[in-house]
Amino acid sequence: MHELAIAESIIDAVLERTGDRSVTVVRLQVGRLSGVVPDALTFCFELATAGTAIEGAELEIAEPTGRAHCRDCDVDFVVDDLILLCDCGSADVEVVAGRELSVTSVEVA
Amino acid sequence: MCATCGCGTDETRVTAVGTATVPVHAHDHPHDHDHDHPHDHDHPHDHDHDHPHDHDHDHPHDHDHPHDHDAADAPAHPHTHTVDIEQAILAKNDDLAVHNRVWLTERGIVAVNLMSSPGAGKTTLLERTISEAGAGRCVSVIEGDQETVFDAERIRDAGANAVQINTGSGCHLDASMVRSGLEALRPANDDLVFLENVGNLVCPALFDLGEARKVVIISVTEGDDKPLKYPHMFAAADLVIVNKTDLLPYVDFDVDRCERDARSLNPNMTWMPLSARTGDNLGAWYDWLRGLTPAA
Repeated sequence: MHELAIAESIIDAVLERTGDRSVTVVRLQVGRLSGVVPDALTFCFELATAGTAIEGAELEIAEPTGRAHCRDCDVDFVVDDLILLCDCGSADVEVVAGRELSVTSVEVA
Repeated sequence: MCATCGCGTDETRVTAVGTATVPVHAHDHPHDHDHDHPHDHDHPHDHDHDHPHDHDHDHPHDHDHPHDHDAADAPAHPHTHTVDIEQAILAKNDDLAVHNRVWLTERGIVAVNLMSSPGAGKTTLLERTISEAGAGRCVSVIEGDQETVFDAERIRDAGANAVQINTGSGCHLDASMVRSGLEALRPANDDLVFLENVGNLVCPALFDLGEARKVVIISVTEGDDKPLKYPHMFAAADLVIVNKTDLLPYVDFDVDRCERDARSLNPNMTWMPLSARTGDNLGAWYDWLRGLTPAA
């Protein structure tokens, strides 16, 4: 349940910028290969924001698709999981998207 | 998150075994608290939040904003404006991890983050490594568990310095806990410090502690499907140890399948079956440890 620690980190990052202004929306990027489950994160976010200026804020989560680049055949391809194998058979691939885990912006009142 | 008052990781405790328990950060809240409760509030306890900024507790039933604004009912947010943040969620942990890594490297200290599910044999492997002086360096250990100082006592009895971090409800060590642990442990220059993570194959994978290497241990009694079930952990590992190989005759554990699956996630990891109990193949583990250098 690392989503609770993730939620607390989000709150810290937001409050550092917004102070005691009321926050109504928090926008995140949680890549599909990031290891964070959006539903669990939303649940923890509601718990962890209680009593803060973010309480009640809506969580908008963008979930970038996983993409990898094969160094052998120089092709980019979509990956749905962490088994990083190119169609050409090569495992010499690099994840280029899908590991995002960031706060992008917020709406403040 | 603190089960008592809901404020962060206050329940984390660091214990140098044989001494008094030291909270990582006491509930010491320097700011005045500005609760404005016109009615009786049924919080069962007094609590202070340790957020680094002042803030009023605006409960939804008692909004004292300059203009009434009910976020839940105003999806269009006509009076809001956008603030760009663009910050990695784990930036704070990662910054602290970098700090730990620099601190360790400057002192020639090698730190190894040991991760596994509970009961895979992390502490047993460390006990044997310490008693056989297999690492080629003086060893000290930061033990992470939700509760008890059992493991730190085992390490001390094996002959090494140990500090116990109890994470309470926390399911992993983070860089801040490790920094507190290092301050309590005070390892000597050129030591090898093991960071024995909380037994958990999920959460510790995401948190950089400042270690030089990540080691994942699975035991043959857990089943050979663990890499595909817990891919993030295996994708992050530098070394995967398969422990309890002495029990292979009694369980259905396909070592080759397990290695194949782990390599599909992480082609470059080192693969090492061994038995911490019988000592089988421990030489490979000791060789690996002796080859480590402080820089990541």
